[in-house]
Amino acid sequence: MSVSVQEADFDAGAEIAALSAGRDDVGAVASFVGLVRADKTVGADSLCVPGNPLRGQVTAAVQAMTLEHYPGMTEKALEAIVTEARGRWDIYGVRVIHRVGRLVPGDRIVFVAVSSAHRGEAFAACEFIMDYLKTRAPFWKKEETPEGGRWVDARESDDQAAGRWEGGK
Amino acid sequence: MMVKVLFFAGLREALGVGSEALALPAEVGTVGALRNHLAARGEPWSALASTKNLRSAVNQQMVGSDAPVKAGDEVAFFPPVTGG
Repeated sequence: MSVSVQEADFDAGAEIAALSAGRDDVGAVASFVGLVRADKTVGADSLCVPGNPLRGQVTAAVQAMTLEHYPGMTEKALEAIVTEARGRWDIYGVRVIHRVGRLVPGDRIVFVAVSSAHRGEAFAACEFIMDYLKTRAPFWKKEETPEGGRWVDARESDDQAAGRWEGGK
Repeated sequence: MMVKVLFFAGLREALGVGSEALALPAEVGTVGALRNHLAARGEPWSALASTKNLRSAVNQQMVGSDAPVKAGDEVAFFPPVTGG
């Protein structure tokens, strides 16, 4: 099972080890772990203009966040992203784990790992999967701050990151 | 025709409902027409018209507003995704 959506935490080391267990053709495993960050810096697109004095300043501490998703579609969307990556690069194993439910700062939230013969393919496919996950998988974050709850806005920069892959590799 | 409509995240909260089984008039044949049909109910349903960059899916595949809607389809509306 290469894709999991779960409330439980994951063991990144064990997942990485599993991608090369029992085989001698894996030369590289690239992985990414995303974490819940406590400080909400000004990154909203409306404020993220060069020269804005608020840019980069801490606005409100995130005490926790709750991740909602679309059961059924989420798994399909993640599997479609993995299939797309397999079509673009010569990779062996892929593991994607995304947590849902309530998480607090410091918690692991997402894991992507890709094994391949060589690092180039593994690095590229890992980054591609994260970029596409950000814009295509139906997850939504709601942050709890001292000022109350707020749904996180989608970022233009995430669309741009995913858009880099549009013209092929 | 009957369809199932789902709402997520901030849109679900604004509408106060996560899903609904709906009998559609024959002239509502696309995702965009369904959105307008629901928004025409008035408050709080106008959130469907006012939500910026509203996304939609039919049978769990992301689609545009001109995608057809058929009897038995599962149609979802939601804000841009923010996972990862």
